[in-house]
Amino acid sequence: MNLEQLKNKLVSAARNNPPSDKVPYAFEKRIMARLTTKAVDVWAIWSRALWRAALTCVFVVAAIGVWSAAPLPPAENDSLSEDFEDAVFASFDQHVEETW
Amino acid sequence: MEKTDAELIAAVLKGDTASFEPLVAKYQPRVFATARRYARRESEIEDIVQEVFFKSFQKLSSFRGEAPFEHWLMRLAVRTCYDFLRGHQRNRETAFTELSEPEEDWLERFVAEPSGADENAEAARQLINKILDQLSPAAKLVITLLEIEDRSVKEIAKLTGWSVPLVKVRAFRARAEMKKILARMAKDKYL
Repeated sequence: MNLEQLKNKLVSAARNNPPSDKVPYAFEKRIMARLTTKAVDVWAIWSRALWRAALTCVFVVAAIGVWSAAPLPPAENDSLSEDFEDAVFASFDQHVEETW
Repeated sequence: MEKTDAELIAAVLKGDTASFEPLVAKYQPRVFATARRYARRESEIEDIVQEVFFKSFQKLSSFRGEAPFEHWLMRLAVRTCYDFLRGHQRNRETAFTELSEPEEDWLERFVAEPSGADENAEAARQLINKILDQLSPAAKLVITLLEIEDRSVKEIAKLTGWSVPLVKVRAFRARAEMKKILARMAKDKYL
């Protein structure tokens, strides 16, 4: 069997029978419907994301407002320096009490 | 008066999505014919065509208008078909012992008298489709564009986005691949 001749014959068969260009009924309408839905979806995703971000911001602002307006609990010691001094001399004080 | 492609594209880019419909209506027969060269099932063909128009809508802003819109769209269609072939390349190999009766008759006629086998016969068309379906995606694309659609290497390079030397290399390999398949078919049937 001459393979080159067979190949040429089959290629000519494909050339002589081009595929049909038939389009299903109202195919362009289907494409447009899908395109419009897709476009709407993109906007919906954006608006949903923006709403969520806005609500989160409002919640954070409200929480900060409540926290800053609330009165602070009264401090037991007057200053940091006093706390520091107590911590440093704690062992020394204990030792002095024991010797007495 | 009917709007030109350039006017319709400009309108779509300005946000008038409805102006895309006349473009789809005008070019869908060509896109369908192209898709039918690479896919067999009608549902697959419709998916390819849909994909081509979605992509063209999304990438419309990249169309510079230097070449006709049809050329740009066909490039997109060929590349989408190639993606489809690459995504569906499993189960390509089929035995040639499973040829239909008309296909076998056509082959018998060819073996007896090569000039006697009719090129326009449906069996010949089915046989070439079976052979093309067994080629690798790149080989099928090259053989279809180069041998069946009779396009030049330069044209294929433009359509596929491959370089001219790459098209030549792939064409060489595709012809060798096709010869191998034909040889296997001859061996299966006549040895």
